[in-house]
Amino acid sequence: MALAGTNAAAPRPRASRMPARLDLLESGTGLLLALFMLVHTLFAASILLGPEASATMARAFEGYYLFGRSYPAIVGAFTTLIVLMFVVHAVLAMRKAPSGWAAYSRFHGNRGRLAHADTTLWWWQVVTGAVVGLTATIHLYHILANPGGLGPYESAQQVWSGRMWPLYLVLLPAVELHVGIGLYRLAMKWGWFEDDRSTRTRRRLKLAMWGLIGSYVLLGLTALGAYAKLGYEQALDPSTAPAMHAP
Amino acid sequence: MSLDDQPPGGPSAGADDAPVPAGAASSRAPLRRLRLRVLRYNPREPQVPARFETYELDEADNMTLFLALEEVRDRLDASLAYDFVCRAGICGSCAMLVNGRPRLACRTLTGGLPAEITLAPLPVFELVQDLSVDTGKWMRALGERLHAWLHAQHVEPDLDAIEERMDPDVAEKLYELDRCIECGCCVAACGTAQMRVDFVGGVGLNKIARFHLDPRDTRTDADYYELIGDDDGVFGCLGLMACHDLCPKELPLRTQIAFLRRRMVRAGLSGK
Repeated sequence: MALAGTNAAAPRPRASRMPARLDLLESGTGLLLALFMLVHTLFAASILLGPEASATMARAFEGYYLFGRSYPAIVGAFTTLIVLMFVVHAVLAMRKAPSGWAAYSRFHGNRGRLAHADTTLWWWQVVTGAVVGLTATIHLYHILANPGGLGPYESAQQVWSGRMWPLYLVLLPAVELHVGIGLYRLAMKWGWFEDDRSTRTRRRLKLAMWGLIGSYVLLGLTALGAYAKLGYEQALDPSTAPAMHAP
Repeated sequence: MSLDDQPPGGPSAGADDAPVPAGAASSRAPLRRLRLRVLRYNPREPQVPARFETYELDEADNMTLFLALEEVRDRLDASLAYDFVCRAGICGSCAMLVNGRPRLACRTLTGGLPAEITLAPLPVFELVQDLSVDTGKWMRALGERLHAWLHAQHVEPDLDAIEERMDPDVAEKLYELDRCIECGCCVAACGTAQMRVDFVGGVGLNKIARFHLDPRDTRTDADYYELIGDDDGVFGCLGLMACHDLCPKELPLRTQIAFLRRRMVRAGLSGK
């Protein structure tokens, strides 16, 4: 039946369902990666409880306590999954960034004029996303290329002697900002925790966002410092480090 | 008038853009000498380049930006072009960039602004002259494109029948969304609209939300998906929320867009 007052009866190609799927996929991979990162930072920070705690954690990830021996392939497979989501998320998110000079200057003209916090936050997402895209790729490749390299002494050696610490110093604040802002924006975009006082909810979520970012950057930097210290001590006196994994 | 109490670009502007309760101090500020810097350009005289012109005038008690502009046109420069009709925030004609932020001139008190006020026409819309832009043309095209009118499936309405009753709560919610005056502030504030010419903006998505809510409209989510299920529609929205924060009518645009995003994703996943 024709809709009254429209020409909807005229044949029209049906709109593609792809934009809906891509939008969900972008948010979904973002959410999973953000949750992964929250846990990842906590596990990495286990070094603060001492190398033994950290080593126990690493053995657990390799399935030692489940199967009675270590399978580094478990970490490899999981990392591959993360890499896949990382690539999908990056490609989908990149669609939204200004393409070309004209769009870039129009967006920034508007951003500068408005002095609007949430518009600026999104721009930070673009910038931190690009930084994470570059630096996390190196980190992920490193994990994939060194199966069995999980553990406090191995990591410490990489951070210090492998000179990864400058990379992590850039990656860490960028990724925590991206995660914090991203989670807040997801809640805003999809209307999570919505009630009749949406203004108050938003203010609280914004506060929670900065709290999360602040505490995770602090925790991450402290852990990085601990790895660097351990790595430095190992480099000074190799006998302090237990034997590395056999290849 | 909550937004009028925030000095644009001031300390509060960057910190939290959610509307704040109206303060009482703005109209009590000591009266000052105002400097209005107005961006002037007439597209029909392209040989005269765009330029800022500054007008000085005395601030009056409870002066709105609209009143200041009236005084400029009456006493200083009759050639200055800007739009107004209702002077009460209902017609949506006097929207302009006030120190960079889209606002209604008639609902902006000069007391809440610094003594130097920069005025510019809204971006995105076709410039008529100086501060006057053609939002009407844009809005009409939007309405046609989004089929923004009531779609009832009965072909022959029975004029003798008693009108269907509407639940008061639903009617209340409908009126809330119907308060949109199509001033264009949401579009001028939108980062996506700057980058995507065909983006429907807060005003367009609010229209769809309004008909989606209306029990008399028989369209389904699949029908609405045809209208806004792409990157010029709801999926183009980056969630910057400038539309929500700068809407002079304080419409709940963010929650409406979030609602449509959820519905349209569901419609997109269920269809083939």
